Amino acid sequence: MPVSAGFRQITDEVRRFMLQIEDLWVEVQGKEILKGINLRIGPGETHCLFGKNGSGKTTLLVTLMGFSGYKVKHGRILFKGEDITHLPINERAKLGLGLSFQRPPTLRGVKLKNLLALYSKESDAGSELALAYNFENFLERQVNLGFSGGEIKKSELLQLLAQSPDLSLLDEPESGVDIENLDVICQMIRKLLQKEVRKNRQKSGLIITHTGLILNYVNADRGHVMLNGQIYCQGNPRDIFERIKDYGYEECAKCRLFEQGFKI
Amino acid sequence: MNYSENHYDTKDLRSDEDLLETFTPASEVEGPKDVGEFKEEELERLKQTGIDLTNPDRTGTFVQANSSVLKCDCESQGVELLPITEAFKKYNGLKDYWWKLISAEKDSFTREADQELDNGYFIRALPGEKVIYPLQTCLYMRNENVAQRVHNIVIAEEGSELHIITGCSTHPHLKSGLHIGISEFYVKKGAKLTFTMVHNWGENVYVRPRTGIRVEEDGVFLSNYISLKGVKSVQTFPTATLAGPNAMARFNSVIVAHEGSDIDTGAKVILEAPGSRSEIISRTISFGGRVVARGHLIGLAANIKAHLECQGLILAEHGVIHAIPELEAHVSDVDMSHEAAVGRIAQEEIEYLMARGLDEEEATSTIVRGFLDVKINGLPPELNKELQEVVEECHKGM
Repeated sequence: MPVSAGFRQITDEVRRFMLQIEDLWVEVQGKEILKGINLRIGPGETHCLFGKNGSGKTTLLVTLMGFSGYKVKHGRILFKGEDITHLPINERAKLGLGLSFQRPPTLRGVKLKNLLALYSKESDAGSELALAYNFENFLERQVNLGFSGGEIKKSELLQLLAQSPDLSLLDEPESGVDIENLDVICQMIRKLLQKEVRKNRQKSGLIITHTGLILNYVNADRGHVMLNGQIYCQGNPRDIFERIKDYGYEECAKCRLFEQGFKI
Repeated sequence: MNYSENHYDTKDLRSDEDLLETFTPASEVEGPKDVGEFKEEELERLKQTGIDLTNPDRTGTFVQANSSVLKCDCESQGVELLPITEAFKKYNGLKDYWWKLISAEKDSFTREADQELDNGYFIRALPGEKVIYPLQTCLYMRNENVAQRVHNIVIAEEGSELHIITGCSTHPHLKSGLHIGISEFYVKKGAKLTFTMVHNWGENVYVRPRTGIRVEEDGVFLSNYISLKGVKSVQTFPTATLAGPNAMARFNSVIVAHEGSDIDTGAKVILEAPGSRSEIISRTISFGGRVVARGHLIGLAANIKAHLECQGLILAEHGVIHAIPELEAHVSDVDMSHEAAVGRIAQEEIEYLMARGLDEEEATSTIVRGFLDVKINGLPPELNKELQEVVEECHKGM
């Protein structure tokens, strides 16, 4: 086989995935947190990440986004076929990666309206979005200042909708949200992940969830269990979540009834 | 680093006597006769300090260039606006108000203003008059190396309400000068006075305001001070006395110190009457200059509430921000607090915005803009909007 054909085959293989994480080892303040993560997410797919506190879920999301303090010791991250392992944060965002923060910082004096205008290409997009999701009272508010848990989630998702990333990384989007607002939050997530599109959906998502509540509202294609900085199994997210509920994370990681996490 | 040699010490600044000798008294310099002589760039400069000579939404306008009063018009029957020299004659030496809140013997500058006054403004809101549109006053130094000495008196009579925007600036091409401004504010029972001051000086200008405020029962005094452009040295420390029950004074300031600037600023509030309240809030940025952000709250009566807040951002090497918050309580039944934070922008905040696609510079300037965004409670919405426009205007070329 000619070399060029082999090369094309490899790049096609890579391009089949929106996100491809290969044997990723990450250190935070000298401590090893992620220990050989492998994960692939295709275009239009939504994946869920389960795992208890401290298992490394947030570290994975923040590392994908490129935050300082998260040192990649080994492995690489490919996004749309491009190696982004050492790319600056804003260039990752420009390529189409977006993150909704669990505990975003407060920006005194910066109005939500101003950020939405900066992120969206159309000038009115921000206020239209806010109107659509019942958040117009927050446009003049200072970002995250005095926001409740649910309001932070809404504000984060609103900003992501304005940014419109191809892969949304959502860190516990439903935590701290009351039942009434859960519906709106999930509507926003469905919109973000193009759930209304049946064929050739392009937008993908990786969602950290503790409660699994979100599975009732947003269709997910795959679930992964994280434990001690590693991904143990993957499969149907609802099945996995039922297992976790019945047996706990450790048992779930051990059982291996589900399809094994692949190695490259 | 031996900071006392590099930054803290002000010994490189000139002594008071030296300053007074260096600059030519404004009265000895021939000034313009009419605002019509102002060139386009000068009018633009005034606009950057909130002074708009064509704006119809003004109750009155006072313009003093060097020592000459060029404009002193007031449309409202409820407000009296006069050059201070005329008011002095009309009211028989303004006995109850002249040097009552500041001592003429305080320092070399007060003595200078006492002996060699150029002019200044007298503003008095008549009892019960609520004036919606602001009055604008402009103290303008038009010639190089001039010392301008003014004395202002503002009286808000019982139950009145008045907003003043004062723009202090120099000719766009002027580098050096000395401004001495004595201001005495009297807020009487139930009156409300808002005083918004924007400074826009030349890079080698020395500024020495001396300010006293007295607020009576249920009176409100709101001060906003904005200085975003280069200046050599500012030294200001207005002192307010809350003399009547439930009186209130709030000081907001937004200050940027560029390389070479030394800005010593703050406020002192003496809460003398029960139920009085005060707030001193400052936001300062150093682009290499030095800022001293002072605040001194003195609680002398029961049931008072006072809060002090200094936030400082250092955005360049060698910048110095020195926050000096002081709380002094003389009785037990007081609620006094302070909060001060100085440093650079948190990396977390920058990265938060970068994660949404802004580059580092855009992220930083977005945060700085927010930091400087003055949102002032108690201002009429129009005035607040205008203030933000002024800040926006000042941002240009910052």
